[in-house]
Amino acid sequence: MKKDKRLIGFLTLCVAPATLLFFIFMIVPTFNVFRMSLYEKGAYNPNETFVGLANFKALLADPNFIRSMQNMILLVVVTTLITFGFSLVFAGILTREKIKGQNFFRIVFYIPNILSVVVISGIFSAIYKPENGMLNSIIGLFRDMSDPILWKGQQLVIVSIIIAMVWQAIGYYMVMYMASMSAVPESLYESAGLDGAGRLTQFFQITIPLIWTNIRTTLTFFIISNINLAFLFVKAMTSGGPNGASDVALNYMYSQKDAGLYGYSMAIGVVIFLFSFALSALVNKVTERETLEY
Amino acid sequence: MGKTNSSSNSGERLYKAFVYVALITLAVVILVPVAWVFMASVKQNSEFYGNPWALPEGFYWQNFVDAWNSANMGSYMINSVVVTALALLILLIVALPAAYCLARFKFKGGKFLNTAFMAGLFINVNYIVVPIFLMLRDGDIWLKKVFGEGFLLNNLVVLAVVYAATALPFTIYLLSGYFQTLPHDYEEAAYIDGAGYFKAMWSIIFPMAKPSIITVILFNFLSFWNEYIISMTLMSSATGQKTLPVGLLNLMQAQQSAAQYGMMYAGLVLVMLPTLILYMCVQKQLTEGMTVGGLKG
Repeated sequence: MKKDKRLIGFLTLCVAPATLLFFIFMIVPTFNVFRMSLYEKGAYNPNETFVGLANFKALLADPNFIRSMQNMILLVVVTTLITFGFSLVFAGILTREKIKGQNFFRIVFYIPNILSVVVISGIFSAIYKPENGMLNSIIGLFRDMSDPILWKGQQLVIVSIIIAMVWQAIGYYMVMYMASMSAVPESLYESAGLDGAGRLTQFFQITIPLIWTNIRTTLTFFIISNINLAFLFVKAMTSGGPNGASDVALNYMYSQKDAGLYGYSMAIGVVIFLFSFALSALVNKVTERETLEY
Repeated sequence: MGKTNSSSNSGERLYKAFVYVALITLAVVILVPVAWVFMASVKQNSEFYGNPWALPEGFYWQNFVDAWNSANMGSYMINSVVVTALALLILLIVALPAAYCLARFKFKGGKFLNTAFMAGLFINVNYIVVPIFLMLRDGDIWLKKVFGEGFLLNNLVVLAVVYAATALPFTIYLLSGYFQTLPHDYEEAAYIDGAGYFKAMWSIIFPMAKPSIITVILFNFLSFWNEYIISMTLMSSATGQKTLPVGLLNLMQAQQSAAQYGMMYAGLVLVMLPTLILYMCVQKQLTEGMTVGGLKG
């Protein structure tokens, strides 16, 4: 009996602080996002008024919000496709071929992932600078640059952000897939090679199916983290500009909070929450396959 | 594969060449912009109006002195060091015992807590930063009423606590994953030798978990050091303390009108240098450790 009591004391002491912190700084705020979305609450008005779904109705009629959702979806979908396509192919090459300096490439490809998004946006503002940025000065070798390309202008700003996001993410996923691909037994490739299967066939028939579980999990998390990363990039690179052309939903939520419209801002938060859950459930469903083992 | 038929030999060569060209291109695309910033950080302001690829005329270290002193990057750096270290300390003290208990003991509510922390993996901090800010602000208003002073906002310690708290789900997930793999014999033997629960955890299990703990420290160091949204929101006072990335962001925005390029790039170098140095030292641990976690918040 005495031992039992000591065990309970020990467990409580160990688990309680983590649970408490988790509850105060994650559960309560999450709950508050949903609760406050049903209220009207302003920065200079301490009172809350219950307004039901009025905030959501206003959202549907808000063109800025619609555009920020469209931008977010565009950024998430395009960066996911490009990043996954490239990192799978590169990882496939690096694990299957005998490449000199493989370690060097691995180290270099991972570098963008350890940099702050603020640093990356600083680097890319040097790349995108219209007058004598790195990119325009290279393009200037091939064409007349009296009318410089405005990478952060209204038309190209989304493309520019996508390039920066892919630049940041590609190495991380490559290194991850290299690890899981190298676990695929060599004998499978050898017998496939004897049967006359070429590289492409091997890649699509052996490599991809065998690491499918890994691809699925990472894809789900990548999409969720990309909703957030899109915000981090937009906030640091353009603040949503010019004229809101690169605004994303989280950034719009943030700017509504700065404007003091807390209830409205949280209604946007709810939409983002539900959207990210729905999207990851959808991805999970679409990518469902029979698990293969080696 | 390295297996070649004599008929496809030239095709094989061509493929290999293509692979190298692609890999080198990607490496160049990553390395050159980073190296360019280092180069730009020692250029004089007048050099920024010409060819961007020109090498610096000399090492103009004054940029770093200016960034460190007049742009306050020095004190921001100290703030960042304090917040990051404190947050890591709190995180380890809180997460290690919790992960250990959740992974290795069956108790009432344990399953529920495990599920709750797992669900926490799906809550992104930036979704909930506004309610956290409002909660702390309301706390400050209340404290002001009772004690005449609020201290929750613009406080480095509170920022560190928030960092630690929001890193809990990922950290506990990663650590429990490791603790689950250990056989129970270790503690059984310790108990027979007369060790208590705490002693068994502290002196038998934790030392074994060292590689996982290092991985946890590395990943969280990077995310705390580089974070800027929470820091910007909770440390919003114009005159108050700031962390390094927020200070850099302000510097970058001010630079657009003041055109002090050299100082800005020196600031960029100051922010990324610590992470790059750390990466050089532990790149193996980092690129291997990520397969343990397999995900990123």
